[in-house]
Amino acid sequence: MVNVYIPSSFRRLTGGAGRVESEAADVRALLRSLEDRFPGMGVELFDSGGNLHRFVNVYVNDRAIEELNGLETRLGMEDEVAVIPAMAGGQVGARFTPRQAVRYSRHIILPEIGGVGQRKLLNAKVAMIGAGGLGSPAALYLAAAGIGTLGIVDFDSVDLSNLHRQILHGHANIGRSKVDSARDQLADVNPDTRVVAHDEALTSQNALGILGQYDIVVNGSDNFATRYLVNDAAYLLKKPLVDGSIFRFEGQATVFMPGQGCYRCLFPAPPPPGSVPSCAEAGVLGALPGMIGVIQATETIKLILDLGEPLVNRLLLYDALAMEFREVKIRRDPECPLCGDHPSIDELIDYEAFCGAPMAATGG
Amino acid sequence: MIEVRVPAPLRSHTDGSKIVQGEGANVGEVLDDLGRRYPGFREGVLDQDGGLRQFVNIYLNDEDIRYLRRLDTPVAGGDVVSILPAVAGGA
Repeated sequence: MVNVYIPSSFRRLTGGAGRVESEAADVRALLRSLEDRFPGMGVELFDSGGNLHRFVNVYVNDRAIEELNGLETRLGMEDEVAVIPAMAGGQVGARFTPRQAVRYSRHIILPEIGGVGQRKLLNAKVAMIGAGGLGSPAALYLAAAGIGTLGIVDFDSVDLSNLHRQILHGHANIGRSKVDSARDQLADVNPDTRVVAHDEALTSQNALGILGQYDIVVNGSDNFATRYLVNDAAYLLKKPLVDGSIFRFEGQATVFMPGQGCYRCLFPAPPPPGSVPSCAEAGVLGALPGMIGVIQATETIKLILDLGEPLVNRLLLYDALAMEFREVKIRRDPECPLCGDHPSIDELIDYEAFCGAPMAATGG
Repeated sequence: MIEVRVPAPLRSHTDGSKIVQGEGANVGEVLDDLGRRYPGFREGVLDQDGGLRQFVNIYLNDEDIRYLRRLDTPVAGGDVVSILPAVAGGA
């Protein structure tokens, strides 16, 4: 008989049993036997294609089956098998799997992060607006850091002209939707990260519903209408907004904490449509969004860990040609129509009308 | 002389210069001075009535002049005036 360890998050399916015994020749047969014995176990273990979920790790005698023979790993008498979902129900006290303990060892060894901090990252839910220039480096580092849930909002598809800067996407994915391309790439970087693909434009109708599912919003949008929409939605939902934008050789980044100033306090209104060229019209240095996107990832991780001095009430200005960073102050404007003393905006508005321009590809 | 930092979109008015020098006792006068020497520059920063635009910020050192005395904010030697337009790019 093989002894199978059932984690607490699956025990509702086993009548509370933390250990069950089973007879099976290999791991695949064992998991199928669990599926047959415990209704509901199948969908926890396998996807619709019959493959083991990426977020479910199986260990035989404390060794991950990837290091053995996968689902074909043979089982014998007295073998111990553990079935561990990477996100074990989000319990703060949940133990790391052996692989997680190694993967995050350089974080865990930092006294400022430790196991408690790493668990916070694994429990965090971050929304990334756009899987483009800023979204690519931000999402890659957030996933690598072990952010548990990463929602990516983008309706665009990968274009050859994106690849000089959008490092989340590769040649093989040209023409594919960016969220699908992103999900595959991020799954390879870190199977612990659950990527939620929002393959749609962010609108006044869906923004609160989408962003409301996450703890922090990271803005990598590429047009003013979406920027004001994301700003207003994040403020109305009381979510921190990690903002960044780029133009040619220069970038800006800041963090808006609800009640401490917002994008409308910084820029009360957008420029007239057509007066500011887009990246497609003006060009952009490919490595520029890397710098700003990584700053956004860093600030997001700091917020989750409540670590250091957040980039709040400060606008960081980066000039790639001078290789210079500067800061200017951002203040909450008491006259702000959104977060001021007498707000007039208490719901999302028509941002295309506000900006006089359509919402272009979000991050595209 | 006051150092004025010119953002990329406005450098077409300053012969490509990122940093120019202007004279005046306050921010408005410095911009007027630059406007005389660089045609089109002042119109790129301020609105047609000569007021601040809502999508172009002006900083005296690191402070937004909207929270000081706007265009009447006094300047002195060694001060840096930065002009910062909103940019939306993220792709």
